[in-house]
Amino acid sequence: MFMFEKAVVGSRRYWAWILGLLVIMGLALLAYLRQLSVGLAITGLSRDVTWGLYIAQFTFLVGVAASAVMVVLPYYLHDFKAFGKITILGEFLAISAVTMCMLFIFVDMGQPMRVLNVMLYPTPNSMMFWDMVSLGGYLLLNAIIALVTLGAERKRMAPPTWVKPLIILSIPWAVSIHTVTAFLYNGLPGRSFWLTAILAPRFLASAFAAGPALLILLCLALRRLTSFDAGREPVRKLAVIVTYAMLLNVFFILLELFTALYSQIPEHVEHFEYLYLGLHGQATLAPWMWTSSVLAVASLVVLLVPSLLRRESWLAVTCAMVFASLWIDKGLGLIVGGFVPSPLGAVTSYVPSVPEVLIVLGIWALGFLMVTVFYKITLSVREEVAAS
Amino acid sequence: MRDRHVIIAALIVFFGVLTSPIWYARAAGTTARGPEPKLPETEKACVMPVEYMRASHMELLLTWRDDVVRRNVRTWTAPDGKSYKTSLSGTCLRCHANKAEFCDRCHTYAGVTPYCWDCHVDPKSITGSGK
Amino acid sequence: MSISRRAFLGTAGLSALGLTGKTALDAFAQQPPHEPASTPAGTRWAMVIDPKKCLEAGDCTKCLDACHRTHNVPAIDNRAHEVKWIWKESFEHTFPSLQTDFPPDALRDKPVMVLCNHCDNPPCVRVCPTQATWKRSDGIVMMDWHRCIGCRYCVAGCPYGSRSFNWSDPRPAIAQITPDFPTRSKGVVEKCTFCEERIAKGEPPACVAACKAKALVFGNLNDPESDVRSLLRSRFTIRRKPELGTRPAIYYIV
Repeated sequence: MFMFEKAVVGSRRYWAWILGLLVIMGLALLAYLRQLSVGLAITGLSRDVTWGLYIAQFTFLVGVAASAVMVVLPYYLHDFKAFGKITILGEFLAISAVTMCMLFIFVDMGQPMRVLNVMLYPTPNSMMFWDMVSLGGYLLLNAIIALVTLGAERKRMAPPTWVKPLIILSIPWAVSIHTVTAFLYNGLPGRSFWLTAILAPRFLASAFAAGPALLILLCLALRRLTSFDAGREPVRKLAVIVTYAMLLNVFFILLELFTALYSQIPEHVEHFEYLYLGLHGQATLAPWMWTSSVLAVASLVVLLVPSLLRRESWLAVTCAMVFASLWIDKGLGLIVGGFVPSPLGAVTSYVPSVPEVLIVLGIWALGFLMVTVFYKITLSVREEVAAS
Repeated sequence: MRDRHVIIAALIVFFGVLTSPIWYARAAGTTARGPEPKLPETEKACVMPVEYMRASHMELLLTWRDDVVRRNVRTWTAPDGKSYKTSLSGTCLRCHANKAEFCDRCHTYAGVTPYCWDCHVDPKSITGSGK
Repeated sequence: MSISRRAFLGTAGLSALGLTGKTALDAFAQQPPHEPASTPAGTRWAMVIDPKKCLEAGDCTKCLDACHRTHNVPAIDNRAHEVKWIWKESFEHTFPSLQTDFPPDALRDKPVMVLCNHCDNPPCVRVCPTQATWKRSDGIVMMDWHRCIGCRYCVAGCPYGSRSFNWSDPRPAIAQITPDFPTRSKGVVEKCTFCEERIAKGEPPACVAACKAKALVFGNLNDPESDVRSLLRSRFTIRRKPELGTRPAIYYIV
């Protein structure tokens, strides 16, 4: 039923890639076992900066997972036929991304063996409870949808009618998973950097830029490495989505900067000051934040000049720039910026440790492994259908 | 049979691994008689009857735990009417003072490591410095 | 076995409902924990701190020594991983909204005791996904270290930095373990619990008992004749970040 046998047949290059990912995952597992035994002291986290790379990756990847809606909505709701061949790629990307999210939360916990307490003692007033519910539900939804539609494609039939309501449900559900994630942050009275209504829109805008950018890169890679060609039109339309989303995202950041820098309220200014200029002599994140800004502007310049985008290499580089810029902004700056300065005014630097980075790489490798296996199965099914 | 030697060697290794629990138990000196926890000398009755404690002492401890921590209820009345202070270190270990000779005997035999002792303090284990 | 798909799904659905229905109902019909008669109904514990009396005692650390000793709080050298339930903070850091370019000599650079505020409207309780921290009816914001999953959401939620996480096993860093109070394990968040185990025996918190200068006064806000109420009536007091709506139970005399 899951057609995994299709994923164990592949070229030398395919297996080298899988092996490489498994090696990274193995090293990460060793690092995690050490973290289980010693505790989170092996990370770069501290009493002031209690969340870092793990939670930041989770926050970023919820966005990537939600971005599947950007291909599902046009195709299923508005009959945009061009996306027909890639909706399933978006859904499989979502499944992998949500799995990575849940793993990142798991490795961040001090007592991971007790994770089921969140389900055993449901707490409706806690946003983290709803986050677990919505992520779990979204994973289940997309797993069912992808399985059923791929299975139907294999049998050369239309998918059963009962899957259509599930697909429609996945659209608002995608928006809700990222809204709930934003709610984790923007309801905390003591963290002024996050206490802004625009956090959820910012999250969605950056998600709808980063996710489709990654999907474009995956489509281009598939065109290079396999016989699957998504076609020029879907890729071009995805690039349009990335452009608008990135424009919105940069606009939102400028809005935030205006509110802080014009009101000049220290509580608001200090976090931006730390991130971009440094505070009390500590400017660990400044190079990263400026890189993110430069990449964002550069990618927008290319995205807005149609003639540049026609070259596939330019498109690939631009998507990579968008992804990297948003990863830095959301996967690094957002979380640490909220914790510095601390409620008592302390400025504490956060530098992830080697084991911490290894664990992060391991979970990313697992995500890439899942995407690889899922795409291999999809392509094999399509080749099988085309051959007959 | 060209590979006779390999096959016989592999069979010996296989049966050796299969019967290893027997050799291991022999070497470790454990018997099938079961654990022998050392009972306290002074008191003859625990807070509940022996059969209940053998089967369900964990349930009782969890009830006591939630009573103290979550409900701020610090005494517990047994079915026979006697009332006790709900405390692992204070009540249980008052009689079962030697954790190594009582608690650990059965736990080690059953291969169980309750994590209570990560936090709760066995008074006998304190020598003056931490750990 | 010839059962139609519809019948199978129907039976499976009903079975699932039957199995999980009670659990779900129980979860949403949560009974409030009932407290014993030893806590008089309608108690609201609070503390009034007089920094001036504290400063007059000089370099005294009796309260934090008593607290950390009584509760097996580890003494960790690395500032990044330190665990503290009560400590000294500067006036400027404790009350950032009272920032002034010309502070009075009495308070300039002088330390103030800070601890968990046991807020009336605690954000940490609001965000905890497992109810490992909750507000008792007597006002104490309590911790259940058995249930804490170490997600540190409460640390992010606290506007005062009152909570500490155990980044590693704390036992090696405890100089002298007090046997009648547990230590904590690695991976859980801890903070001041207003010495609820001492209050249950009718004793004041360890810090209050240890303070020779009588700078810490503990009592019941709902008792108009209590020490805390009479202090609040006669002296001007402030609380930390009142604009956030947390309604702290720690008052500072200025």
